[in-house]
Amino acid sequence: MEQQTLTEHKGAPTSYGIYVLIWLALMALTAITAVVAGINLAAFTLVIALIIALVKSSLVVNVFMHVKYEDKIFKIFVAIAGGVLSVIFLLTFADVYFRR
Amino acid sequence: MSEISLPESAKHTGHAEHPKKDVHGIKMGMWLFLMTELLLFSGMFLLYSAYRYFYTKEFHEAAMYTHTLFGTVNTMVLLTSSLTMALSITALERGKKWLSVTFLSSTIALGLGFLVIKYAEWSTEIHEGIYPGSPMLFKHPRGFELFFAMYYLMTGLHGLHVLVGCGLLTVMLIFIVKGKITQEDTVRLEAAGLYWHLIDIIWIFLFPLFYLVN
Repeated sequence: MEQQTLTEHKGAPTSYGIYVLIWLALMALTAITAVVAGINLAAFTLVIALIIALVKSSLVVNVFMHVKYEDKIFKIFVAIAGGVLSVIFLLTFADVYFRR
Repeated sequence: MSEISLPESAKHTGHAEHPKKDVHGIKMGMWLFLMTELLLFSGMFLLYSAYRYFYTKEFHEAAMYTHTLFGTVNTMVLLTSSLTMALSITALERGKKWLSVTFLSSTIALGLGFLVIKYAEWSTEIHEGIYPGSPMLFKHPRGFELFFAMYYLMTGLHGLHVLVGCGLLTVMLIFIVKGKITQEDTVRLEAAGLYWHLIDIIWIFLFPLFYLVN
């Protein structure tokens, strides 16, 4: 049989159940997004759709991409990248808004 | 059996007695690459946002021409492919090689399915006279043309990523079948999975921006 020399780096595998549960949540959120778009909420339609997209992506990052179970350094890394991105978006939006 | 082969660099890190891959380093490298991908798409998201701000009304009307059903179905296809990707890793970690192969094959099949649906969608739109530089778009206000330029650019680049992802996962599939990726050494499959999930995340944002302006 194969040698087992490389097992030290991680704990137990994530269960199938958690992944299926997250998938159900993602599908439900997609359905909600599609339904909400049908209701006329004027400017809020986009805001709600984007908030739902943020929730969905955080589920994917944390569970599917395993960040929740990784060492602290990965969480810091992702948080810094997310922070930098939001600064870029914020500054660009401010520029476009005040330039008009 | 022979020992699992190590990259040259890993052999000289001072862990000669217990050689093992730098799993953290491999994953961190993948994350770094994903950040550059994120920046690539972010530039386009920024441009989209600015155009949308300047041409709010036109973007609103143009978005009615995209097919929400295609978009919704494709979202669900891609989310499901992310699920099977994650399941494939768990299956391999539990030593169920062929279950992992089955899940991974499903992921690739779903990815290809996404592209087929995308093809049908683009064909429909091109048939309706909507494509970059088409005479039909020039009859509308400028915002129309910009919306569809962004639409074809962003969904096109995303589709290209799905195609590359399918290729990458096929290589991983061959590695698993040939025993080069094993229960004890799943890090390459995990890294490929990270790439696949990123593609999913980008689509999660493309979906409301192009399909859900009522």
